[in-house]
Amino acid sequence: MTTPIKRDKPWLMRTYSGHSSAKASNELYRTNLSKGQTGLSVAFDLPTQTGYDADHPLARGEVGKVGVPICNIGDMEALFDQIPLGQMNTSMTINATAAWLLALYVATAERQGAKPAQLQGTTQNDILKEYLSRGTYIFPPAPSVRLTTDIIAYTVKNIPKWNPTNICSYHLQEAGATPTQELAYALSTAIAVMDAVRDSGQIGADGFEQVVGRISFFVNAGIRFIEETCKMRAFGEMWDKLTQERYGAQSEEMRRFRYGVQVNSLGLTEAQPENNVQRIVLEMLGVSLSKKARARAIQLPAWNEALGLPRPWDQQWALRMQQVLVLETDLLEYGDIFDGSPVIAAKVKSLMDGATAEMARVQEQGGMVQAIESGYVKRQLVTSHTERMRAIERGDLKIVGLNCFKETEESPLTGGKDSGIMKVDPRAEREQIERLNAFRAQRNGAEVKAALANLAETARSGANIMPASILCAHAGVTTGEWSQTLRDIFGEYRAPTGIDIPANDDSRGVRAVAIRTQVDKTGEELGRPLRLLIGKPGLDGHSNGAEQIAVKGRDVGFEIVYEGIRLTPEQIAKAALEEGVHLIGLSVLSGSHVEMVEDVFDQLGKVGLKGLPVVIGGIIPESDAKLLKDRGIAAVYTPKDIDMNGIMVDILNLIRKANDLKPVAVV
Amino acid sequence: MTSALPEPAALAAAVGGRDRLALAKALNLLDDRRPAARQCAAAFLDALPTEKLDSSGHLIGITGPPGAGKSSLTAALIQVWRRRGLKVAILAVDPSSPITGGALLGDRLRMHASGADREVFIRSLACRGEFGGLSAEVWPMSLAMLAAFDIVLVETVGVGQKEIDVSKMTDTTCFVAQPASGDSIQFLKAGIMEIPHVIVVNKEDIGMAARKTLSELRNTLRRQMDPEGWQVPALSASAALGSGIEQLADALDSHREWLLARGQFTARRQRCQAEWLVKHLREEFGRYGINRLGGESALFAALEEVPRRSPIAEYEALRARVIQEIKAGG
Repeated sequence: MTTPIKRDKPWLMRTYSGHSSAKASNELYRTNLSKGQTGLSVAFDLPTQTGYDADHPLARGEVGKVGVPICNIGDMEALFDQIPLGQMNTSMTINATAAWLLALYVATAERQGAKPAQLQGTTQNDILKEYLSRGTYIFPPAPSVRLTTDIIAYTVKNIPKWNPTNICSYHLQEAGATPTQELAYALSTAIAVMDAVRDSGQIGADGFEQVVGRISFFVNAGIRFIEETCKMRAFGEMWDKLTQERYGAQSEEMRRFRYGVQVNSLGLTEAQPENNVQRIVLEMLGVSLSKKARARAIQLPAWNEALGLPRPWDQQWALRMQQVLVLETDLLEYGDIFDGSPVIAAKVKSLMDGATAEMARVQEQGGMVQAIESGYVKRQLVTSHTERMRAIERGDLKIVGLNCFKETEESPLTGGKDSGIMKVDPRAEREQIERLNAFRAQRNGAEVKAALANLAETARSGANIMPASILCAHAGVTTGEWSQTLRDIFGEYRAPTGIDIPANDDSRGVRAVAIRTQVDKTGEELGRPLRLLIGKPGLDGHSNGAEQIAVKGRDVGFEIVYEGIRLTPEQIAKAALEEGVHLIGLSVLSGSHVEMVEDVFDQLGKVGLKGLPVVIGGIIPESDAKLLKDRGIAAVYTPKDIDMNGIMVDILNLIRKANDLKPVAVV
Repeated sequence: MTSALPEPAALAAAVGGRDRLALAKALNLLDDRRPAARQCAAAFLDALPTEKLDSSGHLIGITGPPGAGKSSLTAALIQVWRRRGLKVAILAVDPSSPITGGALLGDRLRMHASGADREVFIRSLACRGEFGGLSAEVWPMSLAMLAAFDIVLVETVGVGQKEIDVSKMTDTTCFVAQPASGDSIQFLKAGIMEIPHVIVVNKEDIGMAARKTLSELRNTLRRQMDPEGWQVPALSASAALGSGIEQLADALDSHREWLLARGQFTARRQRCQAEWLVKHLREEFGRYGINRLGGESALFAALEEVPRRSPIAEYEALRARVIQEIKAGG
């Protein structure tokens, strides 16, 4: 045998996970680590991400669903039980409440006997993309950017190995961004954040290079893996130039573009879900093939993400994909295999040119914050996403199993007793509330009160929020209390929906015109124009689906009432009544559809609108779809329903049926 | 949810009793264009308690250029009024798409402050390309809302000099000026824009530009007076910071007090209805039709003299007269 070949050190391998409770998630983490996972990636549930305790009315149905519920330091200690934080590398997907979760993490580490300086990991802490996608923001942009800034300044000084912010282009791609838009908006966000840190005066000019060196990115990788490779190379070059020219960073090391990846979920299909395996593997190539632009950490989605929550086995499969690439292939044995390729160089240049132009447009408007507040960026994303959806609908963009080669044998993967997905224990929410109450009962009330008063004082004074938050963590403050204190001072925000985009060519197409004629006619028969309420109940902020339906609805002649994300069932019923709508369309992607539908029906009954037709769209397993229909839902739409015109005809006929009119056929 | 028509008197009584479901049904009815529904709507309006329509409540119009922050100011005003114990209804008029006829009614989103408060009622209305940026349903719907709420606010998007059209159909009109945009000031100076009752420069938080716009407005207003003698206040406020909102609410209320003190309140409501009727006739028959009824001045004089009745019934009567005149070859 020959001597062993020198191989590059593999990237950090993680699995984005967490569910039900801190205890259950802790068991999962320890199992994953024993399977060769090298870092943790914590998924928090939506109440934790949006600053509510498990017993808040808005939290109903959401506790423990898309991640782990963390209400206080007791939960955090349970989450990392027997996992020494001094040696772990933990990534936390947390934004609006990032300062709080980091405070809990630091306090937990201190109780384990570790020093802050030892800690390694990442807080996502990129609030700006939350306004554009994902939607777990709380406060208006100005105080939100201030919290981001505080975390950066604090960690650079006290937790030097921490990545205080992960500027995310990931969610922009999920919201429809093209590679050019991803580059432009992620780098514009980085400018907004770094300018804010510089202007806050918390870090002197001599320490600013440290800040540059701690900024990292969280990127998406789609199926077009050659273009994605070029995108990553473009990111590296643009970042190097930006940090040198705008922030005067001298050290090449500090200017290096460091990023982690979760590959694309947008392109994963519910139809023939086994095909997602090859999609995920190919997507991983886009961020690993080019050594120069290789990811520092990779987490892969599970093959069944479009069906529901993944089970441990599904996550293990995702981890094994990485291990096979790293350990069995020769990928890590070579230098950069793209250097010198004119094809790659040309593509990189064209992406950089496009992104530079778009960044200039953002700067002309005053920067990323202003371009978000005015709705500009969101409109660009909604436009791109609409174009993508229409291309799939027309069949111009081929997706195997979805709009071509749809015939399939029955899948043995989804046939099991659990339909191939994980079901969160319905007792999780009640048990979390019980734990929360027990925790509240045993803490020192006076200490909590003092810690919160100190937090409020800090928030008002403009001093760094972290020390006061760590004090709160030790005192036994809850997630809801920390957030409410800041809500009272900073206020709450609702981001532009971006759906006010011009009608596109499809709205002049034959089918759209035919539907519009029927919509108008039915409106005349019923005496007034047809109105739809599009509602997103609960805390889930994934609004792509709702936005696409709203835009399409308008384009076929409906009057659309859409109030954005995070509504209570009571608010939805109130809006339906006040606006005199003919049908309600709900959108839920967090898995809490059953609870949400029950509550919406309950509230509709209370205001006197029993019998108003309600449809729902989201990631809804077939067994649940049946259950929802039994409860009175008129139609269920899932990601495999790509014929938007067909959905519109369906909705029209549901309105006709509810008003005793015969259905119409639209060809 | 069938479309059977309600019983008008019972519906009116329920609306007067502040029943939210009844008000929602009434607004649907007033939006309904079928002939049977129009009759029912006329009877419903006739059955509403007259004193509420003639002499109580406050009907406010808020208008201004797109992006001036009308919705966020409205949201801030709602909070002030609610703190004062007043019940608030909003009619938010949004433009509809000239291409598809569909509309995105987005004002609720921007006014989200109202949350789940049952004493706040918001109905959005697509202007459907008619009635000069207003919607023909605005006046009858305002009446239904006045029967159930203390304050009824009509929010319209205004473009150019047309932006003040709503002022003819409200007790008090508030114009929201965009800082650093001279358009509205030019229109005011040139006298081609009707003078509102209250002017507010929003976004005072942006500083210099807002202060400059405010002082220009004040200079312009010093030379102009409302023909009826009301001194138009120009204020500044910030919906974002919540500053100046109490003062704005006070200024709006002062105008109502002023109308009441001069005994003009009921007359103004009467005039609003006359404006609506004439505008509606003009839309349907043009000046030709108005001339068949003796011309605009005579028509206004006649409309302001007779006691008011349901605007829909009144309109149908006028309409019948025009058609009769035309048939008679007048």
